[in-house]
Parts: sequence; structure tokens; C-alpha cells
Amino acid sequence: MGRLVMAKNLRWKVITIIAVTVLTGLAVYPPEDQVRLGLDLRGGVHLVLRVQTDDALRVETETSAGQLSEQVSLGGISVASAAAASPTEIRIEGVPPERDQEFRRIADELLQVSYDRESEAGGSYTYRMQPGVERALREESVLQALQTIEPRVNELGVAEPIVAPHGVSGDQILVQLPGVEDVAGAKEIIRSTGLLELKVVEEGPAPSREVLLQTRNGVVPPELEVVSGADNSLGGSIGQTAYYLVRQVAPVTGRDLRNARPTIDEYNQPAISFSFNREGARKFGNFTGSNVGRNLAIILDNRVYSAPTIQERISDEGRITGSFSQEEASDLALLLRSGALPASLTYLEERTVGPTLGADSIRAGVTASVAGLIAVALFMLTYYRLSGINAVVAVALNLLIMLGCMAYVEAVLTLPGIAGFILIIGMGVDSNVLIFERIKEELDSARGVRAAVSAGFDRVFLTILDTHIASLIAAAFLFQFGSGPIKGFAMTLFFGLISNIFTAVFVSRTIFEAVLTRRREATLSI
Amino acid sequence: MSGPENDFTDGFTHMPIFKKPNFDFLKWRWPAVGLSLLIIISGAVVSVLQGGVTLGIDFSGGTIMIVEFSDPVTEDNVRSAISGIATESVVQQYGPAEANEVLIRLPQGGPEEGASLEEGANAVVAALEQSSVGGFTVIGQELVGPVIGEELQRRGVNAFVFAMVGILVYIGLRFRFSFAVGAVIAVVHDILVTLSMLTFFGYELSLNVVAAMLTITGYSVNDSIVVFDRVRENLRKMRRDAFDTLVNTSINQTLSRTIITSGTTAFAVLALFLFGGEVLRGFAFTMLVGVVSGTYSTIFIAAAAAIVISERRALRRVKAVAERVPATSKTKRRGKKARARA
Repeated sequence: MGRLVMAKNLRWKVITIIAVTVLTGLAVYPPEDQVRLGLDLRGGVHLVLRVQTDDALRVETETSAGQLSEQVSLGGISVASAAAASPTEIRIEGVPPERDQEFRRIADELLQVSYDRESEAGGSYTYRMQPGVERALREESVLQALQTIEPRVNELGVAEPIVAPHGVSGDQILVQLPGVEDVAGAKEIIRSTGLLELKVVEEGPAPSREVLLQTRNGVVPPELEVVSGADNSLGGSIGQTAYYLVRQVAPVTGRDLRNARPTIDEYNQPAISFSFNREGARKFGNFTGSNVGRNLAIILDNRVYSAPTIQERISDEGRITGSFSQEEASDLALLLRSGALPASLTYLEERTVGPTLGADSIRAGVTASVAGLIAVALFMLTYYRLSGINAVVAVALNLLIMLGCMAYVEAVLTLPGIAGFILIIGMGVDSNVLIFERIKEELDSARGVRAAVSAGFDRVFLTILDTHIASLIAAAFLFQFGSGPIKGFAMTLFFGLISNIFTAVFVSRTIFEAVLTRRREATLSI
Repeated sequence: MSGPENDFTDGFTHMPIFKKPNFDFLKWRWPAVGLSLLIIISGAVVSVLQGGVTLGIDFSGGTIMIVEFSDPVTEDNVRSAISGIATESVVQQYGPAEANEVLIRLPQGGPEEGASLEEGANAVVAALEQSSVGGFTVIGQELVGPVIGEELQRRGVNAFVFAMVGILVYIGLRFRFSFAVGAVIAVVHDILVTLSMLTFFGYELSLNVVAAMLTITGYSVNDSIVVFDRVRENLRKMRRDAFDTLVNTSINQTLSRTIITSGTTAFAVLALFLFGGEVLRGFAFTMLVGVVSGTYSTIFIAAAAAIVISERRALRRVKAVAERVPATSKTKRRGKKARARA
């Protein structure tokens, strides 16, 4: 009766083990597709950029200061100076005492939304940006940088690139480009600020360069140039590339733009409205006034995004209308803004691994793993005889489960991660040793094999749990601490430790039980 | 009966490393502490003479380039080619000699960040192009700015402190407080010994090395827990025995496990050290030292520290009693001291 129950339990245990093995085996197979390699193994570039969020604040503050002095002089008040004193401060000096009240009214009306006023003696004021506004602006400029970099990185044609916020300070961006070798080129493309230019279209759109230049005998006239981009359908990225012949000199550029945002036109269609600073408004007004009826190419980073017709003279506020979706409108607005509000980017960190170096590392890692596994297996088989097989099976299964878990959560295998595998081979054996030594002790107190095995596992289980939890605590902080490769290491340790509890305790015990139920008068090779 | 059973019977005799070991480890604890202190202090002296622990570029910032030459070159050739760039540059052979690969390391450049990040690397390429060392390819490079370095330093220290506190709390909850302190003392011991060894053998503190050290904290605690667990079990079985005898017995009972485990881990890490390649050499070295030191500290330091702390606490209790009964205080305290010396 007792034997029967035990056999039934045993069958379930065996089924569980086989199920886990098959599942993880499937997760790993085929390994070249399922196991993602880190940059240090497959080669590539790891870049950390910092968004100079101060730039965005400075632009905002300088614009506000400009508006302020404009409003103040419109109100007939003459102040000694009104300018940005720092990225977050506007300083006004020499407000005439008799106009003080009026000045405050004008300034507060303009600035109160985002700035706090501080009065000083002698008609001086400092408007300091509110912390909430400052934070929002910084976050926005990082987001904007992220959204600007992402399409550029995608255009590099790299498989599985990563563009993501990085670090704790909130202003860093991580870019990973697997397999890229022209690092300098990639860096230049990523960092170049989006350059927005508005140029008059002389000819086009045409389906090809040849067609475009047909009437000019294939020669680009001086002062003109050919740019390519979206088809005539405004903002449409669908359809083929169109070619435009435009004037070389851009009357207005992104530097003149103050803002751009998605909006709705009078026909309830998504549109983009944009506004210029004073200088830009003047230039754009003159320009559009003398070019009504012609097409204006909106060019960002040398690519035409749309070429709407100029309907009338536009001065400080303009609108790009056309047939685009809400999403396209906000994308285009973002593009305009990113050309207009460049928070410059600096590189903080660059790590390049050439493909040969990565291949060397893989070879070294695999050699070391195999050597480590063989050394440990040989030792276990010599020292524990047949029970050693048990340990070797447990360790091998542990490695498979580790790999399966990593493939399953799409964790990245790095070189330190391979080191983690080797470490787990060594440490995984620890649990087996702990159990085997305990079983030996129990055997010495002459209890009979089955009782000894059972007592050995029971006694040691809590110890194994304690040791693994302590190591998991260390692995968790390792994950917190590390950058890419170290995270990979922490990841392997984490999965290795967890699956080791399963293999060393559950699998190993099941194997012992399976062997022991077969015979009545059992002895043990340990 | 059948074949397999015979196998099992044949294999029954096992090969013990220690058959019922009974060493008096506690007798050796003060010499052991002395040895550890000797290593740690001389490590500290050497590193102070060198001007502090050598930080890798992950922490200090700077430039590392790995350059593959088409013709054999000597370190001196490369060194003189780039001599004009930075005074503290390091040039050393990378990997096996026949690979013709050289590692060039430059210290952190000017104070401004960002713009100067590539400067050093560009200067090296220019200098090598002008020199007569022949064709070369930069097969890998790492440029780390000061901002990243500082951030990593801070995060590294935080990771250590929090991991320690986490482990301390966990062991404190699961065992006695004195055990937790003992385990942490052992871990700190291992870290300091490892740092000394890194200094002696000229390894720098890179990201990988710090990762290895964090792993060592987990490993070392692992070891200590196994002994503590046995102590806890024996506390129930051997109530009559003195605490230090009991601890000594526990260390002996777990000795073969301790040796075998660190042996297998050391095997695995040795494979890593020998075959793991240049990138992991520092990591493997750190692990190797850490595993050996972890085993040593488990046997000689962790339990000894736990005993000392338990005795201190006991002593305080004795003192409290002694204040009430002054006549017996001296003898009791002397008795304690005598036992501690034994």
C-alpha cells in the first residue's frame, strides 16, 4: 500500500521534471535565435548621451525675457535692462519708481504662469522659473530628444537598436547599436541637431531626379539644389520618394521658430500651427508676402516632409494644413520643435566592441564553461561515485532551466553572464554536496538507506533555502548597481539560484527515490 | 538481484577527505586573525604608497583602446609612438603575444565633459598613423566621462552597503544577531583581503571586478550560513557543551562540505581564469581569491566573531550580576578570559 502511494507520487514528480525540461528546452531551441547576446558578445556600440536640458530652459527664459521687454516698451516703460540672467532667471533692472505698479501688472500678466517674482531694492526684479515648470521642461526636452534620436537610429538600419532613458539623473539617454562598426558616423547622425529649413520650391515634385531636371538638361542651376522626401500629398510618408528643386538659401530656419504644435484647421482637419520669434516673424512675413501661390518645402535634416502652397502672407503664426492624420500632425509638430528647440546632446560614455573581439569573448566563455563543467563533473563522479551522476544531471538541468528562463524573459546573455553560468556550475554543486554529506552522516548513524536519504534532504532543505536567499539578496543589489553586462550577470545568477533550488532538491531527490523504490534491500553509492 | 544493485554495493565505500574530522579551529582563531590583518594592512600600505586603489576607467573615467596591429609590435614601440599624448598613459599587450593586440589606456582628459570624450582616442589614432608601427585597427574602445564614473562609484558603494544591510537583517531574523554580525564581519574580511590581493597583483577596480566582489559577498555568506545552521541544530542537541566547543564541533561536522564546495567552485572559476579570456581575467581573479578567502573566513573568522560577540554579551550579563554580587565578579571574569584565550 505504502509502496503504491510512493510510486504514484514518484510518477507525478517524474512527469513534472520532464515537463519542465521539455518546456525550457523548447524555450531555448534553436539557441541562435532564442538566446539574445549582449553587445559585448555580438559586437556593437553602447553610447550614453546627456541631454543638456539647461539649453531648453535657456531658450524658454530668453524667449520670455524678449517678450517681456517687448511688452514693457509697448507699454511705454523704459527699463535699464531685461534679460535672462541664467537658464531659469529673468532679471529686470532700472524700473522707474513712478511706473513700478504698471510694470508689475504687465510683467506678472506675462510671466506669472511659469515664474515667481522677487522684488529687490532700486527697481530691480528677478523672475525665477517655478520648480514644477522647470522639471516639466527638462522632462519634455529629454522626451523630445528621445523622440528625435529614435527615428535617426532606426534609419541606420541596425537590427534591434535600443534607445531608452538611462540612469537616475533623468537627463541621460542610452543608445545601443548592435553590429555597428562605423561608430563615428553613427554618433554624428545621432547627435546632429534637427535642422529645420523652409525653402521655396522652384520645380517639382517629380518622381525622379532625371525627370525633375529634364527641362534644365540635367544640370542643377546655381543657387538651387535638389532635395528628396515625401510625395506631394502633404505630410504623407506613403507613396514613393519625390524630388524637389529648391532655392539653396533658406529664408527662415528652425532657429527662428518659437514653437509648433498639432492643431485643427477650419475644416476640422488635423494641422500644425507654428509661431516665430520676432526676427523670424519679420523675415517670414516678408518672404511669404512676396511668394504667395508658390510652394514652400518644409525640410528637416535635408529631407522634405511636406511642400504646402503659400496661401497668403504669414507673419508670426503659421499653419501647415493638408491631409494628414492626428498622429502625423503631432509627429510633424515634434519634428518642427526638435529643429527649433535643440537641447544639445553630449556623449558621456562610449563603448565599442568590434566583432572579432566579441567572437573571441564567446569562444573564451564557451571554452571556460565546458572546462569548468568537465572539471566539476569529473570530481563529483570520482568522489561520490554513482550519486555523482545525480549531481551532474542536476547541474546540467540547472543550466538548461537557466538558459530557458533567460530566453523566456528575453534577458540578454553577456560575457559576465557566461561567467555567471560557470559560477552557478560551482555553486549549484554546493547544494548537492551539502545533501550528500548529510546523507553520509545519516548513514553513519545506521538508519537504513531510505531513511538516511529522506532525513538528509529534509535537514538540509532549510539551509539551502537560507543560503540561496542570502545570495539572491546580493544578486538583487547587483542588478540595481550594474550597467548592461553586469545586469546580464545578475540575471543569470538570479535564475541560476532559483532553478538550483528546484534541481538540487526536487530533481535530485526524485532520482534517489526512483532508484531506491526499485529494490528492497537498498544500499547507496555515495 | 539485478546488476544495478551490485553496482551500488560495490560503490558503497566512499573516499572521505576527512573521516570524522576533529580539529581545534578555535585555537587557531587569533593567529588566523593575525594573518588576515597582516594581509589587509600590507594591502592597505601598498595601495596608499601607490596613491590609492587603482580604479578602472569605469569609475575614474578615461579611455581604453584595444588596437590590433598587422605586424608584430612591442609595447615600447607603441608607447613611444603615443608618448606625446598623456603622461600617465598605459600600454600593455592584450591577450596572447601572437595576436598582436595592445591595450592603450589614457587617463581622464580635460575638465569639460562630452566634447573631450573622443579627444584622447582620436589623438592616439593620429599618433599611430604618423608613427612607423605599421597598419592597425582599433577593434574595441571604451570612453567613459567623469559623470558616468562618479555615478557608478556612488552606485557601487550603495549596492555594497544595501546588500550588507539586507544580508545582516535576513540572518538576524533567521538566526541570532551575533551570527549576523559574524557573517558580515566575515564578508568584510573577504572584501578587504580580495582588495589587498588585487593591489598586490596589480589588478584595477573595474566594473567586472566590483561585480565579482558583490558575488563574493553572497558566496561568503552562503558558507557562513551552512556553519551557523549546524550550530543552530547542535544548540538543541548539545545543550550541556560550552558555546565555543559547540561551534568548533559544527565547523568540523561541515568541514568536508566546506572544502568540497569551495573546491568545485574554485575549479569552475579557475577554468574561467585560464580560458575566459582577457575581459574576464580580473573578474575570475577576484572570484578565485574571494572563494579561497570565503572558505578561510568561514572556518576561522565568522564563527570566531560570533563567539566573541556572544561572549561580550554574556560578559555584560555577568557584569550586571557582578554589580549586585561584587565578591564573585573577579573570578567569573577571569574565567571568561581564560576560556577566550584557550
